[in-house]
Amino acid sequence: MATIEFKGKQIELDEDGYIQNLDDWSPELAEFLAQGDGITLTEQHWEVINFLRDYYQKYQIAPMIKILVKEMAKAFGPDKGNTKYLYALFPDGPAKQACRYAGLPKPTGCV
Amino acid sequence: MGLPRPEELISDVNLKKMPSKAWMDTLPVEFKPGFYCYGAKGKNLEYVGFPNARDFHVTDPDWKLPEDWKKTVIEGIKQRIERFRTFHVFMDICVRCGACADKCHFFIGTGDPKNMPVLRAELLRSVYRKYFTSSGKIFGRNGGARDLDLDVLKELWYYFYQCTECRRCSLFCPYGIDTAEITIIARELLNLLGLNTDWISGPVANCYRTGNHLGIEPHTMKSTLEFMCNDIEDITGIRIEPPINKKGAEILFVTPSGDLFADPGIYNCMGYLMLFHELGLDYTWSTFASEGGNFGFFTSLEMAKRLHSKIYEEAKRLGVKWILGGECGHMWRVWHQYHNTWFGPVDFLEEPVSPITGTKFEHAKSNKIVHISEFTADLIKHGILKFDKSRNDNLIVTFHDSCNVSRGMGMFEEPRYIIKNVCNHFYEMPDETIREQTFCCGSGSGLNAGEIMEQRMRGGFPRANAVRYVHEKFGVNLLANICAIDRAALPPLMNYWVPGVRVSGVTELVANAMIMKGEKEREMNLRMEPLPGKEVE
Repeated sequence: MATIEFKGKQIELDEDGYIQNLDDWSPELAEFLAQGDGITLTEQHWEVINFLRDYYQKYQIAPMIKILVKEMAKAFGPDKGNTKYLYALFPDGPAKQACRYAGLPKPTGCV
Repeated sequence: MGLPRPEELISDVNLKKMPSKAWMDTLPVEFKPGFYCYGAKGKNLEYVGFPNARDFHVTDPDWKLPEDWKKTVIEGIKQRIERFRTFHVFMDICVRCGACADKCHFFIGTGDPKNMPVLRAELLRSVYRKYFTSSGKIFGRNGGARDLDLDVLKELWYYFYQCTECRRCSLFCPYGIDTAEITIIARELLNLLGLNTDWISGPVANCYRTGNHLGIEPHTMKSTLEFMCNDIEDITGIRIEPPINKKGAEILFVTPSGDLFADPGIYNCMGYLMLFHELGLDYTWSTFASEGGNFGFFTSLEMAKRLHSKIYEEAKRLGVKWILGGECGHMWRVWHQYHNTWFGPVDFLEEPVSPITGTKFEHAKSNKIVHISEFTADLIKHGILKFDKSRNDNLIVTFHDSCNVSRGMGMFEEPRYIIKNVCNHFYEMPDETIREQTFCCGSGSGLNAGEIMEQRMRGGFPRANAVRYVHEKFGVNLLANICAIDRAALPPLMNYWVPGVRVSGVTELVANAMIMKGEKEREMNLRMEPLPGKEVE
């Protein structure tokens, strides 16, 4: 567990860098976490992050990848609704990396 | 994941190397990244009332233990010796013959002597001897005994969270010592001090709160099942309305929540939906009993009981006759080997009878639950289902016996019978790696976390090696199984050791080949990939 200081506030992260308190999240924090991985968030990244956050608000869990892919295709067309595109945006995998920037907890269990 | 290349990973393993020091002189244990799970979060321990709830960090020198922790552990051993005759016997009778030593996948994959089942158990036995046997009290180290101190405690933690409770070692023990039972007790003792892992305690708290490990809430489960039904409609042209929380249904269906979330379990879940629809089965899903697995079983037996009992509460509330269980591993160990001891025979359900074939599942007389593979094999035996096996012709299949279902409950034939009836190409892995001798996936009993990946890849090596054999000899490209941890753990294992082999549940294969009444001509499999012969040129 680590604590980072962001805008004068102490923010707790778990061992994998997920924020512990979901209320700590802000778009600026997402930018900051991405910069830590050498990534500058673009509009394309935000399309995914915003979808993840909306889904989480509604369902209290990250969407399974299949739902993410299908919904992205529905909203932005087949060019963006495929795993290749998502992995190009988030090389560590949309489930892990995008959820981390979006401030979602990581799923545990038989997954 | 920062792992060395496969050939490098295994090249430093020498199972015959004599350690330079006696095993008691190797403390303190080194916590190597990739070999241990993260510690539990206080909020998850607190949620279920586990002791010493606080954030626990494995590599911190201070584990924030209660002052009288040593007394707690010794008292804990005493209570368990009195309560469990098995544990007492297992502590006393080992003659250290070593028959188990090279049977453990973790020893084979790491060469670490403390991963030999005999020595793993000896870590705890030595403490037991010190405080509970005359020889240990009098002769101390010469009697194989040692004091319990913080370094010993840390060693116990490290190695009992490197055992997957698969029980392969017990098969070769002339006394039948079940090292998994020793691990279970050791983890109970650690649990008394709040020394749990994040990957286990998170799902336990989730399950207690929502009914499943992943924390899927009722509306989410409903939406997920509907999402799957949309895909099924695209594939088959058939619209399915899954029954959820339906009072008065004949059968309650329970499966691990991984099948509702994770690839490739979700395809298996689509398979269940299709099969039950085709049969016109009077059944229901439950958003309360929405987990077949039981990570509580990896913390303490009491916690396992608390999580397990909700399934029967729900069966009672809905007024079903019996329970059908999905493809899960440790769920069946709990059900087959513990349920009756914990609760005794269930007196409010009926003895399971297949409403389709009339078959009475006599073996399920007391706990009223039938395995989906038993149920499906019976349907096939009676010629109820029609298959187009050629839909699975691109698959060259082998079957991984999940430890808990094979060694734990003795089921070997049903899944094989099903696969052979729905696939044209099936090959067995070598005899000493299947059925009761099956090798673990390397990630069972709550060790399927990302942070312990190196240990998982090492422990999964014997299984992967057997898959590689049939991959090279027969071109096997699909590893079928009936366990949700397998479905989560085997894909990365295959990607690492045997690229080109995919992983699936058995019911996915059934549903892909099953000819449904009123279906359109199928072009796609359940993963929405073109069926053999339907590829677009």
